[in-house]
Amino acid sequence: MATINENVPTKKYTAKDFASDQDVRWCPGCGDYSILAQVQRILPELDVPKEKHVFISGIGCSSRFPYYMEAYGVHGIHGRAPAIASGVKTANPELTVWVATGDGDSLSIGGNHFIHALRRNIGLKILMFNNRIYGLTKGQYSPTSELGKKTKSTPYGTVDYPFNPVQLALGAAGTFVARSMDRDPKHLQQILLRAARHNGTSFVEIYQNCNVFNDGAFEILTEKETKLDNVVYLENGKPLVFGKENDKGIRLNVFTPEVVSLKDGKWSVNDLLVYNESSFDLAVLLATFSERAGFPTPVGVFYQVEKKSYEEMMTEQIETVVKKRGAGDLDKLLKSGNTWIVSAN
Amino acid sequence: MSKTVEKLDDVVIRFAGDSGDGMQLTGTQFTNTTALAGNDLSTLPDYPAEIRAPAGTLFGVSSFQLRFSSWDILTPGDHPDVLVSMNPAALKVHLKDLKAGGMILVNTDAFDDKNLELAGFKSNPLTDDSLTNFRVIEVPITKLTLNALQGVGLTQKEMVRCKNFFALGLMYWMYSRTTESTEKWIKEKFGKDPKIEEANTKALKAGYYYGDTTEAFASRFEVKPAQLKPGLYRNITGNEATALGLVAAGQKAGIPLYYASYPITPASDILHNLSMYKNFGVKTFQAEDEIAAAGAAIGASYAGNLAVTGTSGPGAALKSESISLGIMLELPLVIIDVQRGGPSTGLPTKTEQSDLLFVTYGRHGEAPAPVIAASTPADCFNMAYEAARIAVKYMTPVYLLTDGYLANGSEPWLLPDAKDLPPIPVHFRTDPENFQPYARNENDVRPWAIPGVPGLEHRIGGLEKQNITGNVSYDPDNHDEMVRLRAQKVKGIAKDIPLQEVYGDQSGEMLVVSWGGTFGSVRSTVERLRRSHHKVSHAHLRYLNPFPRNLGEVLKNFEKIFVPEINLGQLAKLLKSEFLVPVIQFNKVRGLPLRSTELEKAIIESLGGSK
Repeated sequence: MATINENVPTKKYTAKDFASDQDVRWCPGCGDYSILAQVQRILPELDVPKEKHVFISGIGCSSRFPYYMEAYGVHGIHGRAPAIASGVKTANPELTVWVATGDGDSLSIGGNHFIHALRRNIGLKILMFNNRIYGLTKGQYSPTSELGKKTKSTPYGTVDYPFNPVQLALGAAGTFVARSMDRDPKHLQQILLRAARHNGTSFVEIYQNCNVFNDGAFEILTEKETKLDNVVYLENGKPLVFGKENDKGIRLNVFTPEVVSLKDGKWSVNDLLVYNESSFDLAVLLATFSERAGFPTPVGVFYQVEKKSYEEMMTEQIETVVKKRGAGDLDKLLKSGNTWIVSAN
Repeated sequence: MSKTVEKLDDVVIRFAGDSGDGMQLTGTQFTNTTALAGNDLSTLPDYPAEIRAPAGTLFGVSSFQLRFSSWDILTPGDHPDVLVSMNPAALKVHLKDLKAGGMILVNTDAFDDKNLELAGFKSNPLTDDSLTNFRVIEVPITKLTLNALQGVGLTQKEMVRCKNFFALGLMYWMYSRTTESTEKWIKEKFGKDPKIEEANTKALKAGYYYGDTTEAFASRFEVKPAQLKPGLYRNITGNEATALGLVAAGQKAGIPLYYASYPITPASDILHNLSMYKNFGVKTFQAEDEIAAAGAAIGASYAGNLAVTGTSGPGAALKSESISLGIMLELPLVIIDVQRGGPSTGLPTKTEQSDLLFVTYGRHGEAPAPVIAASTPADCFNMAYEAARIAVKYMTPVYLLTDGYLANGSEPWLLPDAKDLPPIPVHFRTDPENFQPYARNENDVRPWAIPGVPGLEHRIGGLEKQNITGNVSYDPDNHDEMVRLRAQKVKGIAKDIPLQEVYGDQSGEMLVVSWGGTFGSVRSTVERLRRSHHKVSHAHLRYLNPFPRNLGEVLKNFEKIFVPEINLGQLAKLLKSEFLVPVIQFNKVRGLPLRSTELEKAIIESLGGSK
C-alpha cells in the first residue's frame, strides 16, 4: 500500500502560489520587493508543502514580509523574531521556519536573540535585510551605518562604530553564513536555496537599498560599471578571481591577503587563494574584506558546516528518556515520591 | 534508660545556622520524616540571597522553620517553640522570635570568641544569664560528631560538615521519630561515596543515641498523627506542585507542554522540576533572557503546544511587551510569577505580594489578561492546571501568581487521581471552509489554527487586525471594536469560574478579604477569632481578574471589609475601584508571611473591641 508522505507537496507550486492577497506597501523602488520576489521564486524548488512554511519577523520595513507571503506567518515585536521562531521550530521541528529581519531589528534591539539562535544552531533561515539605516522610523542611523554618517539623529555624523554582520554571525558560531544583494536576483536565488536546504541556522545578509533614506548605499557593488571591480563571488573550490575582465585575484601572502593583477604576468590564477567554504579561518578572513580599503566585497557562502541542530538534540533527548523510563504515566507521577496513607478511623 | 514521653499537639521548630551548615537539608529531612509520621505540617525556609555568605556572620544565617501538629494547620507558625542554633549568629538573628520559655538547643563548640564577635555579642549569652527566660540545652555538637566519626577516614573538615546530621538525629530522638527515612535518603544521595554515606549515617545515629543517654533531657515528646482526610498523601512544595499541575494539564489537553524560562529566584525550581519530566514529552527551553523565554513560549503556542513561561517580578517586567503581543495574537499562554520582594532585585529569596497590580495592569495599551493566584503550596497544582485550562479555552495569556513562601514552603498534599482531573479540550482548527483567523465563538474566542494544516495559511501579528479576517487594519472604528472585544472576552471568563465562597457567616460585621499565599495566616486567625465569638468572616480570592461574579454582592453583606496583604494595599485598591467600597487595610511588607498574632490584634482593633 502506498503511503502519503506529508512532507512532499502534492502539487508543483509556482512563485504566484506564495503571494498573499495583501497589497505590498513598501515604498516604490525599495529593495525589499526584489527579496520578496526571489523568495517566492525559490520556494517551489523546495520539496516543502506551502502549509509547512512559517515566516516570523520583528519590526521594521523588512518585518512586513510575512504579510505578503501565502504561508503561515507572525509579525512579532521588535528584535524578538529569532526568539519567537525558536519557539515555533522547537515546538514543531517539521516546519520550515524563516526569519525576516533588518539590521536594526536583528543587530540592535534583537542582538541577543540573534547571536543565541546562531549559537544554538536552531533550524531557522534568517534573512537579514541590511540597508544600513532605520527606514520605518524615518532615517536614523543603524548599527551597520558607517562611522561619521549624517542622519536625522546624527546631523554632525555618527560617533558609533558599525557591526560587521558576517563577522558577528561567524563569531556567534553560525553554521551557514552568506551574503547576497537585492540587485543580483540570480545570485540571491542561489544563496536563498542553499540557505533553505541547510540543516541548522542559516544566516544570509542581504544588501538592500533604501531608496528613500539611504539611496545608493551599495551602488558601487550593484551598478554595472563598478560592480565587477568591487565584488568577488565566493565559490567553493574556485580561485578568488574578480574584475571586469576577470583580471584581478586574491592571493594569500602567508597570512596576509593581497589583491593582485593577473595582467602583468607576475601572478596567474594558479597563485590565487582557492575558496573553501568549510574553512572557518578563511571565512573570518574574507569577512574583513568589506572593510579593507582596496579589497572587493565578497558575496556568496562564507561558511557552511554540518552540525546537529538544537531541535534534533532536543527530540533525541526526549526519545532517549522515554526509552529509558517508559512513556510518562500521569497517575504514577502524581503518586510518586514519599507517600503515606491516612486511613479513615 | 527510659525517659518519660510528653504528649504535645503542636510544635514549631526552627533550625538555624550558617548558610553552609546544611540547615535547609536538615529541615527538609525532618519535614519528610514528620510527614511520614502522619502529622499535618507547614514549612517556612528562609535563606540568604548569597550562596555562601562569610561563615559566622549575621547575614549568612540560613533557617528552616517547621510546624507539625496533630490537627489541621494552615501556617508554619509565628513563634518557634524550639530553636536549634548551630552558631552565635543564628542565635542572635532568631532569638527575638522564640516563644517565652522556649527551648534553645545550641552547639556550644561554635560559641568561641571569634563567632561571638562576628555575631555582635559583647559577652557570651550562654554564660551571662541573658537567656534565663529560655530553656537552654548546651550540646558540644561539633566535638561529639568528631568523636563519633573517628576511624571513618575523613578529614577533620569533612567530619565537621556532618554535624547537621548529629543535630537532626538528636531532634528525631526528642520528637520520637525514627531515623529510617533519612538513612534511606543518605544511602540514595551518597551511595556513590561510601565514606560520606557512613559518616552521615553515623552522625545521625550518634545524635539519636546521645538523646537517649545524656542526662540533659528528662523527657522526650510525641506529637500524634493528625486527623487528615483519608487518602494518599505526599509532602509537596509550591514549585513542585506548580510543575506537576502543568504536566497534568499538558497530559489532559493531549498536547506537549513547552516551558520556556530564564533562571530566576525563586522560580527556577519549576524549570528544574519540569526538565526531569522529559518522558512526558515535556520540552524545556532555557532561553538567553526573560524576553526570549516569553517569545519562545509565544512561538510554541502558535505552533500548538501548551506554552508556559515562569519567572519572578523583574522577569515579569521584561516579559511585559511580549505578553501584550500574546494578547494581540490571542494565543494561549501561561505566565507564572513567583513573587518576591521588590522593587528591582529587592529581596530575591523573600516573599511578597507586590506584583498584583503589575500583572493586572502592567502592559502598554488596553491589554486585559486573566490573573489567578494559588493559596497554599499544594494549591499551586490546582491553579497551574486552572491557568492552563483558561488559557486554552479562551485563547489568552493567563497570569498565575504564587510567591516565595508558597514556592519553597511545603505541606501534605492529598493526591488527586489523574482520571478525576477536569478535561482540557483542545480544538485545533482543521477545516479550511470559511476559515477566518479572528472569527469568534460564543465565548468571543478565535480559532487556534496551527502551522502545518493545509488551507489555513494565514498571517497574524502585533498590528491591529481587522475584526474577523485578521488582516492589518488602521480603521478607527475597527480598533475601538477590537479593544472592546478583547476586554469583553476576558471579562466573560467570570461566568466560567467558581462563585466566591465565604468562610463563616455570610453577612455580618466584618469580612476579611485576602488573596494568594496569605491564606494560611488569615484563615487560622479568623478561625481563632470566631472561636472567641468575634463576628468576622473570611473570603479568600483565587481569581483576581476577572473577580468572581458574585464578589460585589458578597462585599455588600458586611459592614466592614478588612484587607490584609504583604504589599501596601494592592487588592485593596482593586476592590475600591471595582466595587466602590471602603476597605480597612493591614499591610506588612517584611518579606515574610503575615503573623497571625499581629493580624488578630489588628482585626480586633478594627472591630472596635466588639464581639
